[in-house]
Amino acid sequence: METLAVAAIGKSYDGNVALHDVSFQVTKGTILAICGENGAGKSTLMKILSGATAPDQGEIRIDGSPIRLADPYDAIARGIHIVHQELSLLPHLSIAENMLLGKTPHRSPRWLIDWAETNRIAASVLLDLGFDHIDVRLRVAELSVSVQQIVEIAKALVGQPRVLILDEPTAVLSLHETKLLFRTVRRLAAAGTMVIYISHRLEEVFQIAHRVLVLKDGVRVIESDIGALDNDGLIRAMVGRPLAAIYPKRQGSIGDPVLECRGLTLTGTFNDIGFDIRSGEIVGMFGLVGSGRTDVAKALFGATPADSGEIRIHGRAVPIASPRDAMRHGIALVTEDRKRDGLALDLSVIENGGLASMGNVSRLGVLDRARQARLVGRKLDELGVRPKGGTRPARQLSGGNQQKVVLAKWLLVDGARIFIFDEPTRGVDIATKVEIYRMMAELAAAGIGILLVSSELPEVMGMSDRLLVVRAGRLVAELPRTGFSMEAIFAHAAGVAGGPTDG
Amino acid sequence: MGSSATSAGLPSRLATRLARVSKPNLVFALAVAALIVFASVATDTFLTERNLTSVSRQIVTNGFLSLGMLLVILTGGIDLSVGAVVAFAGLLAAGLQVYVPWPVAVLVALAMGLLVGAVNGVLVARFKLQPFIATLATMGSLRGLLYMYSETPQYPEDPLFRSLLGGGFIGPLPVPTLLFLIALPIVWFYLSHTVSGRAVYAIGVNPEAVRLAGISVRRHVTAAYIASGFLAALAGVLLASRVGVAQPSVGVGYELDAIAAVVIGGGILGGGGGTVIGVLGGVLALAAVDNVLNLFNVESYYQQFLKGMIILVAVLARRKKT
Repeated sequence: METLAVAAIGKSYDGNVALHDVSFQVTKGTILAICGENGAGKSTLMKILSGATAPDQGEIRIDGSPIRLADPYDAIARGIHIVHQELSLLPHLSIAENMLLGKTPHRSPRWLIDWAETNRIAASVLLDLGFDHIDVRLRVAELSVSVQQIVEIAKALVGQPRVLILDEPTAVLSLHETKLLFRTVRRLAAAGTMVIYISHRLEEVFQIAHRVLVLKDGVRVIESDIGALDNDGLIRAMVGRPLAAIYPKRQGSIGDPVLECRGLTLTGTFNDIGFDIRSGEIVGMFGLVGSGRTDVAKALFGATPADSGEIRIHGRAVPIASPRDAMRHGIALVTEDRKRDGLALDLSVIENGGLASMGNVSRLGVLDRARQARLVGRKLDELGVRPKGGTRPARQLSGGNQQKVVLAKWLLVDGARIFIFDEPTRGVDIATKVEIYRMMAELAAAGIGILLVSSELPEVMGMSDRLLVVRAGRLVAELPRTGFSMEAIFAHAAGVAGGPTDG
Repeated sequence: MGSSATSAGLPSRLATRLARVSKPNLVFALAVAALIVFASVATDTFLTERNLTSVSRQIVTNGFLSLGMLLVILTGGIDLSVGAVVAFAGLLAAGLQVYVPWPVAVLVALAMGLLVGAVNGVLVARFKLQPFIATLATMGSLRGLLYMYSETPQYPEDPLFRSLLGGGFIGPLPVPTLLFLIALPIVWFYLSHTVSGRAVYAIGVNPEAVRLAGISVRRHVTAAYIASGFLAALAGVLLASRVGVAQPSVGVGYELDAIAAVVIGGGILGGGGGTVIGVLGGVLALAAVDNVLNLFNVESYYQQFLKGMIILVAVLARRKKT
């Protein structure tokens, strides 16, 4: 296989155009990045390439001759493998069995699985990827999310793909893991594999891709060599307008501490965490995957309470053993994984938006649903949630709009004085990112104290007044805004020897 | 914004309501209606007061069980113990009348229902047992327990127990039917208009999101099982009072009829779907089929077969297209 071409592909859902007349081509050995905001048509394109859905118009060509992909097996049979953003592993099976699912080697008699060979193949693929320390006999359920992602990628590699499609593969990976992944992707490309790489992280696109295709509203905006574009140009192409400033100007002043924690410990997860958040202040918390940053956020909110330590709100020590306790003291948590923790996807947008504030629109437990719909509707309008209309299930919204619904849920809670944002912009498009940042700045200007937990360095550097760095469950550095530098922060987070001393 | 929404007239609101009724539900309602019309025309017994009164009484048992089952299913659970609760409640209400006045016996029976529900709720919500397993265990233990209490049928001592409850009338309505008609709007109001009821819906879809919204998932799930236990006990008391005897063997398989009624009415095992109206439709459909076939003297295994088919068709018709 020398080329994979997509020719004038079009696809509509219920009259809404998802893709219109999109053409591009990947040649042997190149890495093509596909960029675009949510709703630009990337996932539809992926579904078509992986055989999950058929295009309305146009065709896919391999080496010039048109092919039809009836279903995902068809695509795999032709060597097109896709690594989805959502993990598809079976938690109760071993790593090796997951990786070789459907193609486990057998001995004679034919129905007897050759486990030794299965494990050997799985281990050798992982070794190639650079992960020789993973025991392939472990059950997937016992693995961290980042290792699961590695296994997911390794699973695609078992089939020796001729076209490898990676959809946001690094979202949960650590820096080191990302580096190993990139090394493998480059090696695969050098050996002739065509790679299609989808990512929100533009730095990564510049690092890994040879060519880039930008989609916007289902239409191809540009397709060019990566060298012909710079960061601003790429953003402009994706968003359709220049983004002078992604991070908003800040107003208001920083006041007294609203939240102080001392000696916060959850055995085996984090240790002796202590810091303050002041009113009107945005405190960033940066750490790599597995550093415990999300666990600290969950402890402050009472979702997984700490074993010991003290949390003070407005100077008064309070016990926080459950989310209810936290909310009573004015704490809100915008969760990291909105599909798992943030939204009830099959419920309406209104019900989701109003879930945390039902007490405000009820008397004696009886809910005023008309008033709830009005209040939530107004807040969703303020945040610009699209499409309008609160009765549709949250599932039908794009990632960015779903995140706005989660945000609305907490903005509607009366008396919330402390907002914890845990990866608030993960998987959302740039335009929504800008709006979320603007909301955070407005909250801070209104005197709210904010903790921004994130693994995106540009984000914490752009938004924070002060930055906490966690590593292996410990707070290793607290940096003032003047002390922000990428190298210093990374050095702290990764614990690199010879880095700047903790301060 | 949206000030015009409140001024929309009743007819147009009704029209939008009707437009939102899904096609399978509409077809289903029409099918039940057609069956009833057919039975009225084809037999001279169906529309008699006597038959309708007796059907309305028979509906009550599965009606109460199904309402409780709906609450539990909405939280993502299931309650297999209700049939055993029906039997035990009947035995207690009838048997204890030898020692205490009948209202006290009834209260003890209802309290037993609350207790079993509480045990189920704690096992599921606090100890995180799978609802199927937890209630399977309580179902078994309860069946054993009630046979330990009495292997033989219990006959109520006090004639008032029969004439006031199961055999009583208020106006044209039998007392059990009336109680069921009161319970329906209460459960409906709870589910659609209270903070707690909306939380129950949300829990079935995503319990973690609900917990993180500061709502006690544990409390709501426990409450659903308690309500189910209570309604089952009430059904058991009314059943014993209607037939005038409490059999220890009664209620075997009742939990399946209740699950069937919820599912026929659009409920989704695992949570996230189901309405009181739907459950009522399911209960009526099952009862209508039973009654019509009885009137035509069709043997009971045909009834069982037909009920099974109805469940299949109802679920197939609602299948989401993928």
